[in-house]
Amino acid sequence: MGVEGIGARVVRKEDKRFITGKGRYVDDIKLTGMTHAHFIRSPHAHAKVKKIDSSAALKMPGVVAVLTGQQLVDDKVGNLICGWAITSKDGSPMKMGAWPAMAPETVRFVGQAVAVVIADSKNLARDAAEAVVVDYEELPAVADMQAAIKAGAPQLHPEAPGNQVYDWVIGDEGATDAAFAKAANVVKLDVTNNRLAPNAMEPRAAIADYDAAEEHFTLYTTSQNPHVARLVLSAFYNIAPEHKLRVIAPDVGGGFGSKIFIYPEEMVALWASKKVGRPVKWTGDRTEAFLTDAHGRDHVTHAEMAFDANNKITGLKVKTYANFGAYMSLFSSSVPTYLYATLLSGQYNIPAIHAEVIGVYTNTTPVDAYRGAGRPEASYLIERLMETAARQLKVDPAQLRRTNFITQFPHQTPVIMAYDTGDFNASLDAAMKAIDYAGFAARKAQAKSQGKLRGIGVSCYIEACGIAPSKAVGSLGAGVGLWESAEVRVNPVGTIEILTGSHSHGQGHETTFCQLVADRLGVPISQVSIVHGDTDKVQFGMGTYGSRSAAVGLTAILKAMEKMESKAKKIAAHALEASEADIVIENGEFKVTGTDKAIAFPMVALAAYTAHNLPEGMEPGLKESAFYDPTNFTFPAGAYICELEVDPGTGKTSFVNFVAADDFGRLINPMIVEGQVHGGLAQGIGQALLEHAIYDANGQPVTASFMDYSMPRADDLPSFNLSHTTTLCPGNPLGIKGCGEAGAIGASAAVINAITDAIGKNDLEMPATPDRVWRTIHAA
Amino acid sequence: MSTVKLTVNGKAVSVDVEDRTLLVHVLRDHLNLTGTHVGCDTSQCGACVVHMDGKAVKSCTMLAGQADGSSVTTIEGIAKGDELHPMQAAFRDNHGLQCGYCTPGMIMSAIDIVQRHHSQGSGGQLDEATVRQELEGNICRCTGYHNIVKAVLDAAGRMKVAQAAE
Ligand code: FES
Ligand code: FES
Repeated sequence: MGVEGIGARVVRKEDKRFITGKGRYVDDIKLTGMTHAHFIRSPHAHAKVKKIDSSAALKMPGVVAVLTGQQLVDDKVGNLICGWAITSKDGSPMKMGAWPAMAPETVRFVGQAVAVVIADSKNLARDAAEAVVVDYEELPAVADMQAAIKAGAPQLHPEAPGNQVYDWVIGDEGATDAAFAKAANVVKLDVTNNRLAPNAMEPRAAIADYDAAEEHFTLYTTSQNPHVARLVLSAFYNIAPEHKLRVIAPDVGGGFGSKIFIYPEEMVALWASKKVGRPVKWTGDRTEAFLTDAHGRDHVTHAEMAFDANNKITGLKVKTYANFGAYMSLFSSSVPTYLYATLLSGQYNIPAIHAEVIGVYTNTTPVDAYRGAGRPEASYLIERLMETAARQLKVDPAQLRRTNFITQFPHQTPVIMAYDTGDFNASLDAAMKAIDYAGFAARKAQAKSQGKLRGIGVSCYIEACGIAPSKAVGSLGAGVGLWESAEVRVNPVGTIEILTGSHSHGQGHETTFCQLVADRLGVPISQVSIVHGDTDKVQFGMGTYGSRSAAVGLTAILKAMEKMESKAKKIAAHALEASEADIVIENGEFKVTGTDKAIAFPMVALAAYTAHNLPEGMEPGLKESAFYDPTNFTFPAGAYICELEVDPGTGKTSFVNFVAADDFGRLINPMIVEGQVHGGLAQGIGQALLEHAIYDANGQPVTASFMDYSMPRADDLPSFNLSHTTTLCPGNPLGIKGCGEAGAIGASAAVINAITDAIGKNDLEMPATPDRVWRTIHAA
Repeated sequence: MSTVKLTVNGKAVSVDVEDRTLLVHVLRDHLNLTGTHVGCDTSQCGACVVHMDGKAVKSCTMLAGQADGSSVTTIEGIAKGDELHPMQAAFRDNHGLQCGYCTPGMIMSAIDIVQRHHSQGSGGQLDEATVRQELEGNICRCTGYHNIVKAVLDAAGRMKVAQAAE
């Protein structure tokens, strides 16, 4: 592998700028003549906007403009879109409520913008915003999903009667009913998947700069996918054509899905920069992040699992209500459908599955993909069902899983996905060994003697990543293809620039992508740089989410590298007067195999550019590009086991051990992979124990700051005990499956299974706060 | 408006600011020291931590005027030229950062934690539980803290060696 090649724990190249305070995030950028935007947001969950009086504000010093939703309408700026069309079981398309970037008539969640103040400084904009008088007529609001679908509930959108977005189904209902009719045992479970706020530590921000002479816009934004942002802003919002809009996503301080979507603020900033003729900057504060960053999860599900007399699963029935908030965010519709229900088979042989998903509008912040996106909800449901079943059937939970594991691959599930490879027994074995599963009973007894309730919980997750084969997602309603692009530019001196459509906002691409190049050419990673996050530099790309950067983005780089190497070999062969077939690449040299004849890579590069002596008919230069479209999803999978203690007097949970055994296929940089798992586990554990975005009955958010929303802190979490098992992904030449979301997908079920094991009661919702655990212990 | 005089990273500076200006905004907007970040509006996240007269403070929670006359060190001021501070090096070597947004505040808090424990004469022994507890005021969404804790413990050792050598 070489010290910097594939599989090496290379320290990150990008770190130097971050640890010395030289990162460049959007809010760090200042443009000459820049103005500052402050949005005026609805304090009501549902109201008519009667009148906006900005006359006093406009007289204040430093105020450049106050712009409203009506002006957006007048300028024909498009409404926000949802890019994945879902069809209900009755054949009707999903019901889209119109979502203008600033509301001209009706606001439908607290925090929705109605106007924006543009001023010379942030403080002046804030001061002036205080002076804008908005006259609202309050309307009845509904925040709870169950309440929203009841007859007589306040209605959000005329387009969506009954507040229903869609009623979608997947699987074979007849076969599933038949399985239940013959079942020896049926296990039932109701679960709520709590709503989460993503809370990347860098709040969203945007700077828009309009050049009137060129009629050209530049947008600096906190995006996970700058090209997709440009595409959507151009194609749907009527702000600027693509060739007149440059989108730059510089250093971005975390995303977790929340920075995939195109939000009203960047649209308004672009539009306003043209209107006021000066650059416009907006930087969100944390409260705005809570109010306007797309939330995650928020499902209520009833599920039933049928077993035969041998404890083999014969059928699964699921009915899920998914809360979308007040509007359909960019990819929201796909999350509880194709990203959730298609994973309901888990790691198990389930012959018949039927799932129904009802999407619901409520007067809350829109909900969309958050780390894992649908797959954590599926995994949590299945793994809690398995644990519940084991308790009901009185079998060991690990054994019940083994009885039902899929062991033959490829495996076609009844819900679209075809698992390509895996070894679920191997990861469960590794996790059980790491935690000494066999010794648990003795440890539990020991803890009991000290007045503590000890529990152990298993979670065997699977996810579909490497998103995604374009043709497949297109047939399911996606509005875009999900390939990735790459370009390899070799400079005349032999240094290399890799341009990628993937975007790093913490994932370490500047290191791992170089490792592939180092591995293939034997050059040091210091000779390679990664260019990303700028639509003027990189031709196109789909960005980073869904654990796709290595499986899809890096494969695109590999394809471009192969083309570049093929040309370079021809040049080397010509220079060395050898046959191209005899050229091998080793340690930065092109060698004639079996001889001592060699030419250094920089000399090949130079030859390509001097073009003095190239093979007959060859074009000068050494630069190749590739687009890679995956053939299938990838299927990372693994086993997590959590051991913990509950203090029955306080309901407080303390971790004893948390082990994770993951199969991600090939690892490029194990150190970075482990970091991804740690972060994912923290988010999964956060969901299980701490985090919950709560609204009161009138749609007022009660958790809109770090004082109220419990973020995982260092002392809430244990150190983690990680290991890997490996089956290489057959779907891409590098054998990579992806690692970005696994922790968040698998962790929460392990924690709740452990707590319910400890307290001997199965009925416990997330987040399992001490209060909730204590009440559950002491419930009659 | 008031004039605030500070020593920032060893250099004397004087800025005229509105009285309501926070220290973090003086650093970021007036002095272009954008390594100090803002991650919240309730003094919870620690992305803004700097040292004032040698102690860690949240620069979002202090008016610039309150810092008048003091000596402030930011993330940009802890390396000696090209030589990283041991805490910076430990964060890099232990993969204690991902997106880097919390990192400057984490490093500044962590240096303070280690220095306090070393000077307490408790043999300077920091353990994992203590580090985790003392990092309460710094939120990281990326790393799950695992490698941050490792980095701080690693740096505690390095700083002790450096201290002994001085
Ligand atoms: S910005 Fe200072 S604590 Fe969050
Ligand atoms: S590294 Fe991203 S928030 Fe800590």
